[in-house]
Amino acid sequence: MPVISDIDRTSIHPPVGAWRRRVSQLALSLGLGASLFGLSGLVAPAAWALTTEEAYAISAGDNDDRVAALRAVVAKGDPALPAFLQALADDTVKVAGSRAYIVYGDDVKDAATGEPAKLPEGAEDVVNNNRMSSEIEAALAIGKLTSTDRDERAAAIEALSSAADESQLATIDQALAAESDPQLLKQLKAVRSKALLNSQDPARRLEAVKALGADASPESRSLLMERMNDGAETDATVKGALQAAIDAVNRKLAWGEHAGVLFTGISLGSILLLAALGLAITYGLMGVINMAHGELMMIGAYATFAVQNVFRAYFPEVFDWYILLAVPASFMAAALVGAVLERSVFRFLYGRPLETLLASWGLSLILMQSVRTVFGAQNVQVENPSWMSGGFDVLSNLTLPYNRLVIIAFAAAVLIGMTLLINKTRMGLFVRSVTQNRPMASCMGVNTARVDTMAFSLGAGIAGLAGCALSQIGNVGPDLGQNYIVDSFLVVVTGGVGQIAGTVYAAMGLGMVNKLLEGWSGAVLAKIMVLVIVVIFIQKRPQGLFAMKGRSAEA
Amino acid sequence: MSAVMTSNLPGTGITVPRSALGPQGWTALMAAVITVMVLAPTLNLVVPAESAFHLSDYAVALIGKIMCYAICALAMDLIWGYTGILSLGHGLFFALGGYGMGMYLMRQIGRDGSYGADIPDFMVFLDWKTVPWHWTLSESFIAQMLLVVLVPGLLAFVFGFFAFRSRIKGVYFSIITQAMTFAAMLLFFRNETGFGGNNGFTDFKRILDIPIAQPSTRMVLFVLTGLTLIGFFLMARWLVGTKFGRVLQAIRDAENRVMFCGYNPLAYKLAIWTLSAVMCAIAGALYVPQVGIINPSEMSAAASIEIAIWTAVGGRATLIGPIIGAFFVNGAKSWFTVAFPEFWLYFLGLLFVLVTLFLPDGIVGGVKKLLNKKAEVKA
Repeated sequence: MPVISDIDRTSIHPPVGAWRRRVSQLALSLGLGASLFGLSGLVAPAAWALTTEEAYAISAGDNDDRVAALRAVVAKGDPALPAFLQALADDTVKVAGSRAYIVYGDDVKDAATGEPAKLPEGAEDVVNNNRMSSEIEAALAIGKLTSTDRDERAAAIEALSSAADESQLATIDQALAAESDPQLLKQLKAVRSKALLNSQDPARRLEAVKALGADASPESRSLLMERMNDGAETDATVKGALQAAIDAVNRKLAWGEHAGVLFTGISLGSILLLAALGLAITYGLMGVINMAHGELMMIGAYATFAVQNVFRAYFPEVFDWYILLAVPASFMAAALVGAVLERSVFRFLYGRPLETLLASWGLSLILMQSVRTVFGAQNVQVENPSWMSGGFDVLSNLTLPYNRLVIIAFAAAVLIGMTLLINKTRMGLFVRSVTQNRPMASCMGVNTARVDTMAFSLGAGIAGLAGCALSQIGNVGPDLGQNYIVDSFLVVVTGGVGQIAGTVYAAMGLGMVNKLLEGWSGAVLAKIMVLVIVVIFIQKRPQGLFAMKGRSAEA
Repeated sequence: MSAVMTSNLPGTGITVPRSALGPQGWTALMAAVITVMVLAPTLNLVVPAESAFHLSDYAVALIGKIMCYAICALAMDLIWGYTGILSLGHGLFFALGGYGMGMYLMRQIGRDGSYGADIPDFMVFLDWKTVPWHWTLSESFIAQMLLVVLVPGLLAFVFGFFAFRSRIKGVYFSIITQAMTFAAMLLFFRNETGFGGNNGFTDFKRILDIPIAQPSTRMVLFVLTGLTLIGFFLMARWLVGTKFGRVLQAIRDAENRVMFCGYNPLAYKLAIWTLSAVMCAIAGALYVPQVGIINPSEMSAAASIEIAIWTAVGGRATLIGPIIGAFFVNGAKSWFTVAFPEFWLYFLGLLFVLVTLFLPDGIVGGVKKLLNKKAEVKA
């Protein structure tokens, strides 16, 4: 009698993926299997109700028959089953005659009775192909669905989701009733719907389709789409219901998707705003084309990195709040560098914007290379505080990450702070007076050289703040600034020089347009289209959204 | 260095060149032509390698490359030094010319690529069966060389027309040219645009069916580049002395007054802008067969700004200045990157700062000032 009648060739050499899964599963089950085995060994005589025939039917024969036998036993809910299944999964089951044996080294047991047995001569290994393996895994998972360990339950649900079947419904329902963890409950419901969706009974399938339609999560949409597209559905009513459910889910999800695009647009806009606000001062108010602006952002990001390292080394217990110190530190670091640059280079170039462009490009090269020399050319790791990781679930398909939310709030705070500073304080008054009429301000006793330095370092400091914000969402490396310099200049130019309101509108507008186009055409093409749009826009309104009126427009 | 016969207009200090070159200038020019056409080939090909006078292949390649850069610097000088428009998009025109030549060279590889296919290797890699539409003419040298001139020229013309018509000037113009270059770079980085993605084109084998790597081919390219540079120099010399050139300089100094005088600056700016772009494109087309590679990094913002710094270092609004600047900066670059790779960017950065701060007229301007001082002291 052939022991294994139809192992397909592939099952003897399973694909690499299957092996990897098998190995990891083995690592898990070695411990688990041993404990289960020990347990069942203790209580064996009373609980062992697996019949010899059943054990043999599962172990040998045609794969279809083996699956059927396995499902039948699983549906019976035999307490002896897990040990046997574990052995099957571990490839330690052998068959001889018409009996199955569990063989762990020298320790040989009869699979049905659990009694120690002697392995007959010529016993053959049971070989499981991929299909059989996943069935065994699912059957094992069924047993663990009601485990008290949350992680074990989660793993079981995960394993089940790939091979959910109608026959497991009773157990799944049982587990559903017992499950208390909301996330697992949701996953379990999805598994149930999946099992139902593959049911033989059209009525049950219809029920599943309706449940999935009402659930309206991206996962249920993909389940429905899968069923719809693989052509497995033959029943016309169910097919109609499927289409209706997909449409309903799409409608519900559409809101989340639109809101998601809106949110990412605002998020990108707030980053652009942070990057451009500093430029709005140095370029807009002072007429300095600071190509090193991006590098000032980079300095802010590295300051954040340094503060983080200090906290990690000396104050690990308050590590989560390092950001509170990193914000002023990044401002000060960038402002200091800005002040030095203004005193040593830019002050000699006022009124010659093209020269400032070249000189500041040179400065940006020097700053980048210095950072490479000090910190190395590699990107450095800046860790989010734990309260910033994770997100806020609004809809089933819309999660707002906390770090993005914090940055939006931060950008708003910086904007408000800067507006107050320029419009309400004495220093802001000086800055405005010097921009409007330098000789007259000087006559009134304003120390214009000092005001220049202050204003420039304010712009630089805001760049530093932008760098601090960027360090929370992206890579920090010496060329961090290079990625933002073109964008932030576009924002300032689009918004209109010297117009903070214009900068805000331009940043938000460009962020939105970019993200909208991205959803439609992909990231790179979206960026190119935005550039083209801006270039066309500048053709139409060379002075930006909010042109300065009067004589100053000619400057 | 520049030996132009000039006469000062009374009271204005504006110098007017009488003819394109003075007698000393013509001598210098002939010397340059002889150096490029006779001296360099002889020293490289005829003089044996052991001799102290032998010009190594490395030096030929380096000087050939720098001469291409010098053409770019000259083009930049016409638009920036003489017309006052700082373009940060010249790297794009240079790269477009280079890509135009590169497409032809890719087709010249024929079946010698690693896949042995009729189409370039990267297309086989992308599983394309035939060349895309914009490669249709790439097998013909003449057609492709026309494209080298026409595509960048047309792009510059259209872009310039809209920009100058809406009177975008100064820094605004610089920034939108930079944005244009940046957009093009993103586009060329894409595989599906058919320009080889981030690897660009390389591994060239032949040009006009002649092996591209053999010394005589390289020398022909070198001589061609040298003659092109000298030709463009003469053209620029002539151009800035004409009425057209004078109007350009007037636009640079006071555009509004030029308009009040009844000139429309649009045509002038557009003409010099397009000419400058085409010069860059030709430089790019000469550059690619000599260095053997073209990729989108030539379109980065840094590449375009470097062209400006060559011009600034040499001296804006002098024609020999940009050429000196290109040789000085790139010579320094090839020395630094071998001797002190760490310090090259510091040096380049400092060069940007110091030249703008202390040497606004570049090396040529500085030398002139020194000579004038000496003359004053003697007198």
